[in-house]
Amino acid sequence: MGAAADPVGPELLEVSGVSKSFSGVAALEDVTLRLRHGTVHALLGENGAGKSTLMRIVAGVCTPDAGELRLEGRALRLGSPGQALAAGIAMIHQELNLLPAMSVAENIWIRREPLNALGLVRHRELRRRTRALLERLGVDLDPQAELGTLPLAARQMVEIARALSYDSRVLIMDEPTSALGERDAERLFAVIRDLRARGVGIFYVTHRIDELFALADEISVLRDGRHVGTSCPRDLTRRDIIHMMVGRELSSPPAATPVQAAPVALSAHGLSLEGWFCDVSFELHAGEVLGVAGLVGSGRSKLAETLFGIARPTAGEIRIGGAAVRIDSPPAAISRGIGFVTEDRRETGCLPGLSVLENLEISALARDFVRLGFVHAGAARRACAGMASALRIKAPDLRERIETLSGGNQQKVLLGRWLLLNPQILLLDEPTRGVDVGAKAEIHQLIARLVSAGTAVLMISSEMPEILALSHRVMVMHEGRVAGILDRDLATPARIMDLAAR
Amino acid sequence: MHHSVAERPAPSAAPARLRRLPPEAGIALVLIALALAFELLGWIFVHQSFLANAQRLVVMILQVSVIGVIAVGVTQVIITGGIDLSSGSVVALTAMVAASLAQSSEAVSAVYPALTDLPVVIPVAAGLAVGAAAGLVNGSLIAATGIPPFIATLGVMASARGLARWYTRGQPVSMLTDPYAAIGSGAVPVAIFLATALVFHVALRYTRYGKFTYAIGANREAARVAGIRVGRHLIVVYSIAGLLSGLAGVLTSARAVSGQAGMRLMYELDAIAAAVIGGASLSGGVGRMTGTVIGTLILGVVTSGFTFLRIDAYYQEIVKGAIIVAAVVADQYRRRRRLTAT
Repeated sequence: MGAAADPVGPELLEVSGVSKSFSGVAALEDVTLRLRHGTVHALLGENGAGKSTLMRIVAGVCTPDAGELRLEGRALRLGSPGQALAAGIAMIHQELNLLPAMSVAENIWIRREPLNALGLVRHRELRRRTRALLERLGVDLDPQAELGTLPLAARQMVEIARALSYDSRVLIMDEPTSALGERDAERLFAVIRDLRARGVGIFYVTHRIDELFALADEISVLRDGRHVGTSCPRDLTRRDIIHMMVGRELSSPPAATPVQAAPVALSAHGLSLEGWFCDVSFELHAGEVLGVAGLVGSGRSKLAETLFGIARPTAGEIRIGGAAVRIDSPPAAISRGIGFVTEDRRETGCLPGLSVLENLEISALARDFVRLGFVHAGAARRACAGMASALRIKAPDLRERIETLSGGNQQKVLLGRWLLLNPQILLLDEPTRGVDVGAKAEIHQLIARLVSAGTAVLMISSEMPEILALSHRVMVMHEGRVAGILDRDLATPARIMDLAAR
Repeated sequence: MHHSVAERPAPSAAPARLRRLPPEAGIALVLIALALAFELLGWIFVHQSFLANAQRLVVMILQVSVIGVIAVGVTQVIITGGIDLSSGSVVALTAMVAASLAQSSEAVSAVYPALTDLPVVIPVAAGLAVGAAAGLVNGSLIAATGIPPFIATLGVMASARGLARWYTRGQPVSMLTDPYAAIGSGAVPVAIFLATALVFHVALRYTRYGKFTYAIGANREAARVAGIRVGRHLIVVYSIAGLLSGLAGVLTSARAVSGQAGMRLMYELDAIAAAVIGGASLSGGVGRMTGTVIGTLILGVVTSGFTFLRIDAYYQEIVKGAIIVAAVVADQYRRRRRLTAT
């Protein structure tokens, strides 16, 4: 059976009318899909299109709000991943869910170890089973090897072996090649073709459009939580797929004003961070928003962290105002007029348990409002209150703890934290992630105001409309490299996606 | 994601006012309740007043002053989300070092026969310096290697105790000068305890040092991104804790008029208990000096109350253990409620 064969296999799994929303935001709306026996069904879509949510529903990790799953015609109610496994549905996760301190065999058979009469593990039998399983996969691995010592590709194979050990008929792979090199990916494809020949149905989530043509029997595209369509890859071109992913051209014209020949505020020259990104060069002008597009994992966030001194570049140079600078810590970045709003408010932004005021003032305290170590509380409070009202932070009282605020207001607090320092350069990583529509518009207006006042903004975003609405130029990253820098009039969703998903 | 607060009606004034009560209100009530309970039990069983005895109260505070001084440092460490297990051993080590430099010329076999009858400032400075050095080791280990504070300070705990024994090959150091002994007599330790608590109360609430200490405990990574030099700050915090252990070592040896390597065994646990009973959260970001002072007093009331009722010391330790566990359970309960409230 080849990739070009018509997908005529009988139906294995049917997803019908599935909807799911998270705290009022729809992640999936009325999605209907069919997976046939012995086929590879690829699932595509932009970041946040709902692919992962759909797959998590199929794997029993979360339950749909509406709709149903049918396995070989019989309705399926999945309350947990364990029930999905029992039904023959296994998922290979994007982040590896393995135990690094245990052996390959133990990882595969965990909670299902063969036991003797005393309830002790029969290690020889465990090894024998593991060897047989790995042989079937054509993988040469020592069952006793400690997992943490193995390279990523081998660990991926262990994850796959574990999924197969359940005799699964439905296999879900969520970007399995994102961590693999070309040769390992080829090996994985061989395994996938072999599984397909044995009648296993495979849902294959990926961002790499090119590999679909070699692998997939059917392609479905999701956009904004809806099913856009399903086709056979030979009926589609790359351009068609991108068009399906991106959808209608955006109607709203970009609002930002073009930047004149403003001086370069920040530039990178051949900047590299081993294992994350390589040879990144760009110029960021005063009064400009440089949008950074690219898929999750393309090295965008690490680039921002490197510019801010959280990670140290392994090669290349950062210049500020034309002069080469060494930025080896956040304080060094801050003293050069850089501010950084990270992508994860909860992990690296908010100081939980502390008040809105304390969250606002913390960065400024390194420089302002302090004399002989003592904080001038009145001055700090006045400045923070001024900032809170300028950003329209909705908090009943600045003494309230930050976690009592909504996501949008928390995000404004984190922006305000930097604005108190009047930064010349702002690095924004997903500035409106998990923010309601109203706050999002306000944050966009704020960015536009800052830029027209001369601030240079580097804005990473996975949301195409956000990138298009605010950026003067768009830098597209792909697997740690700059795939291209587009001027505003050339930056269309299709161009950007074409560069990002090569 | 949680509900957005903006959509909810503003909380009514009454609960808001309740929430504005200082967090120590609850723990202060426990202290008062304990004191009154002992008062009542006193009248019933030993026909005496527990509280109407100035001398007993002074002795009670005197007994816990050393724990209190350590707890002032430990509280700051706990606020950063860390822990210091080394304080008891550092107290012993600094007591030995300070005592060895505080011997009078009448001492039969002085540690440093040439260095007797020194002015009192020298042993005091030596004790403080050794304590601060031990804290510096703690802080540097944590900042440079990233190992958990529990492990770093556990190592220093063992080594410091060993150093204290090695210092005089296990011999106690006695015959200290009168001016040195005066540091530990009367109400001096009480005054020192309250003074250090006041100093660091002010430092935590009104200085940049304090703001950064809370920020690191609330979210270490976020503090780093916000521009705080986290490693450097932790070194300062642990050094201060060490310095205060050194101060406690001076007080201990002055009060005992000797230095012994076995001194203050497990004192770190009493100090941690005082901080935790006082509301400091082991997950960091939360804790106040006023709470720690009250927590220290609670330990004092329990000890003194049991002695007053002539109950065996065994029971004392059993009850102390129960109080510590109850305090941590209460802390977790508070935190869980706070999380579900948002």
